[in-house]
Formats: sequence, C-alpha cells, structure tokens
Amino acid sequence: MGYLNISHVDKTFVTGSKRAEVLRDIRLDIAQGEFVSIIGHSGCGKSTLLNLIAGLTDVTKGGIKLDGFEVKAPGPDRAVVFQNHSLLPWLTVYDNVKLAVEKVFRGVKNKAERHEWILHNLDLVQMRHAADKRPGEISGGMRQRVGIARALAMEPKVLLLDEPFGALDALTRAHLQDAVMDIHARLGNTMIMITHDVDEAVLLADRIVMMTNGPAATIGEVLDVNLPRPRERISAATDPTYLKARQAVLRFLYERHRFVEAAE
Amino acid sequence: MSAVTQMKPQAPAPKASATISTLPERPRKGLALPGWANSLAVNTLPPLVVVLVILAVWQIAFSAPGSNLPTPTTVWAESSDLILEPFYVYGSQDIGLGWRVLTSLERVAYGFGFAALIGIVVGAVIGQSVWMMRGLDPIFQVLRTVPPLAWLPISLAAFMDSRPSAIFVIFITAIWPVIINTAAGVRNIPQDYRNVAQVLRLNHIEFFFKIMVPAAAPYIFSGLRIGVGLSWLAIVAAEMLTGGVGIGFFIWDAWNSSRLTDIIVALVYIGVVGLLLDKLVGFIGRVVTRGTSEA
Repeated sequence: MGYLNISHVDKTFVTGSKRAEVLRDIRLDIAQGEFVSIIGHSGCGKSTLLNLIAGLTDVTKGGIKLDGFEVKAPGPDRAVVFQNHSLLPWLTVYDNVKLAVEKVFRGVKNKAERHEWILHNLDLVQMRHAADKRPGEISGGMRQRVGIARALAMEPKVLLLDEPFGALDALTRAHLQDAVMDIHARLGNTMIMITHDVDEAVLLADRIVMMTNGPAATIGEVLDVNLPRPRERISAATDPTYLKARQAVLRFLYERHRFVEAAE
Repeated sequence: MSAVTQMKPQAPAPKASATISTLPERPRKGLALPGWANSLAVNTLPPLVVVLVILAVWQIAFSAPGSNLPTPTTVWAESSDLILEPFYVYGSQDIGLGWRVLTSLERVAYGFGFAALIGIVVGAVIGQSVWMMRGLDPIFQVLRTVPPLAWLPISLAAFMDSRPSAIFVIFITAIWPVIINTAAGVRNIPQDYRNVAQVLRLNHIEFFFKIMVPAAAPYIFSGLRIGVGLSWLAIVAAEMLTGGVGIGFFIWDAWNSSRLTDIIVALVYIGVVGLLLDKLVGFIGRVVTRGTSEA
C-alpha cells in the first residue's frame, strides 16, 4: 500500500432531491516523493478528487489514507495551492506565510526560528524581496509563488496543487513550472497536481492519472512518464519519451474520451 | 586582391542643427494659484456662495415686521454668544453648546459602542449559519423599521431612569444596520478564505479575528456608518423627551422659553457634529479596510 492510498472512493453530491454522482470507484496509490498529475476535461470531477484528498469534502464511500492515517478533515499535512492563490489581501506576503507558520509550528519552533522559516520558504520561491508587499501590489505569478510558499511552509506530507497555473500567461506559467520542479527536486515532496494542460502534466509528473468524463467519472488510464530528472523543457520537447507520453494523453483525451458539451 | 570589397561603415550623416523656437507662453485662464489653494477654492467656494445666497433669501423673507421666524441678523444679535463661546459654564443648567454636544456624544458613544460590539458578533453568527439567518432575519427586518422614539417608553419602563433609557434607544436604533451589514459581509466571504482557514485548522476565535472580521470589514464599516448616523438622530429626539443635559434637551428647553434664535444655532451644531461623526467613521473605515477591498 502506498504512502497515499485512495481506495474505492465514490462521491455523490446530494442537494435536495437531486443526486449527482461525480466520482465512482477511484483507486489510486501514490508513493512518497512521487509527483502525480491528474488530467481530464473540465467538469470531470478532478477538483472534487483533490478536495477529497484535502479533506475539504467528505467521501461518500470508500476511504483515503495518508501515511497510515484516515483522511477525515482538512489539515496542514495536506497543504493546498489553490487556483486563484487565495492569499488574504489584507495581510502582507510575509504575514500570509506567517499565518500558516504560526499555526503549524507554534510550540515547535521559537519565534526566531519561525521567522527564519518564513523567510526560508519565501526564498524557495524567490519572493523574499516582496515580503512587505500586499497581494494586491504584486503580479498574478508572484501571488501564486507566495501561495506555494505558504503551502510549503506547513511542511505538508502531500502538496496538493489545484490547477495552480491555470490563470497565468504562458511565460509566467513556464517559470512557475520550473520553480515547482526545482522545489520537488530539492525537497522531495509528494505532490499531486490537477491540470488541464497536457504539456504541463507530461513535463512535471512521474505519473499521469487520466480521468474519464463525468458524471460518475473514474480513472481511465494511468501513464508512467519515464523521463529522467532533472527535466528541461527545451530538450524534453524533442525527446521521444516525452512525445510518446504527450501523444498518449492527447489520444486519451481527444479520441477515447472526447468532451461532450451537452453532458451535464 | 580579394574580391570582397569591404563595406565601410557609413559615417552617420551630420545632424542638422536644430533650431529652437520658443513658443509664447499660453495665457493662463483664471488666477494663478498654487495647487492646494486651487483645490481649496474649488471645494469651498461653491458651498460658501450657496450659503450666502440662502442667508440673503432668508434675511429678506423674514425681515417683514411680525414674521414668525428670526432672521440671520437677529440670530447673530441674540445668540452669538452660543457660537462664539461653546464652552462657557455659568451654572449647572447654563452651559455652552459645546458641553451639551459632548454630553450627547458621550451617550452616543455608549449606545453606539454597545451596538457596534454586539451587532458585529451577532451579525457574524447569523452570517455563518443559514438556519439562524432564516429564523432571525424576518424579525430583524420588522424591528429595524421601528422608529427610535417608539422604543423610549418601553425602555423607560425597563430602566426606570432617563440616562440608561436614552442609551438603550441609541443602542436599539444603531444595532440593526450593523447586524444586517455584518451578516451580509460574512456571507460574502469567499470560499477560498474558508478553505485556507480549514486547511490551517483555525479555531472559531482565530477564524473570527483573522479571517472573518478583516474580510467583512468593508461591509461592517458601511453598517457602522449608517448606525452612527441613526444614533445621532435618535439621541437628539430621545433627549428632548428625557431631559437632562444635552443638545436635544437644549432645543426643547429653548422652545419652551421661546428662544428661537438659540434653536437655530443648536440645529447648526447638530448638523455639523452629525457630519463629523459620519466622516470620522468613514475615515476609520478607510484606514482599517485599506488592502481588504482590493484583491
């Protein structure tokens, strides 16, 4: 059994008399230090799956175990980087990270150590220079960096990234992908990233989990990406392994599981 | 001989010497004032002119012999001491309007202070809970339409004393907009912030102070601003009935002793103080919510 174990998970949303089965029989084992991308068309429930792992939503059936413990509620051991950064706009960059650090490390680290730890994490994403700025004063890419720093500062067992770069332009996105790869190489975190970008999935992940379309979506295929690390986007672009993996994902998404607009 | 003819870098063409022709300075319109003086003039001149016009019309309209109301010049002649000396003390009941306003403000401070504290807490609870909202909102909607003075007899009966009664009337008048706005602000807290709080496992108290209050602050302050305006309306009316020292009672007292000119001066005081209160809360709100409104 893996570090993170998702076994036979169903999720059905009930609103009034309406029942919407979003996920059916999700089974997935993730090893420690692994980088997994989850890809699928919009509305297939991949964000729901991430919320289940985060504990923000309860599973209807089945169970999720992390490091031997059942996931029942959200917690800092499963830090989430949200799509729209979700920094608190009234706090500075430093204070946003501090909020997390104070909560997780109070009583473990003393004040000076916590201060160092905050700065260390801002350094990891190269955002120390903006420590005293508010989120409104920095760019979207910088905000997302701070969001990552805040999540990393919790020293999570799993880092959950919910389409973290979806709202960013292509260049900024590439920079942040490199930053995430760099962090993964240095810290060896277990990371799960939701994405709808095929290149992003192939470049970053050790394994790509492809989801079928909803309702009652499930895992359609899992693809190992055996590209050696560190990966480099320019040379990877012509690497046969990369191209093969890319093609496999595209086939899955556009041949076997075409997105049907009418499907609700 | 090499066949390649070397390309010589072409020397840049000599620049034509530019002739500078000075344009005649454009004649400026209006007075040449420094920036601050200009903005001061723009902001104060129009209202000043309007006030002068109103005073003039007023003067002309009521200068006929036997008219009911005093003219501005009679107001000045009979009550200029109230304007010039707001803080005189000649006896326990014969004190300057400044003191009276301060007494009234003290009551407002108590009543409004309680209303703000309790209103924010109650509003937060209601905003958090759908069921509380469903149960309490209709009641609040009814109660908030009750005019301030309608509460006075009940509160006199309950407190048996005019001072706490007046404070209670302010409290009950000011609390509804605070509750309703706070609840709306809390309901509108983005789900993202709630998710962050959940992932960090913030407890209720941490959530209240670290997420809820700052996130709802713009709403809370618009509630407080309405509330402080209503408080000021209520205190003047309540004091007319409960007596004691205060700007409201002063007006009632002046009416009973036919000092119409004093009433007019008191009205101006009330208006100016009300405006200042509104500006004060608005200013505090702007300072506190700086950074909250922009995302």
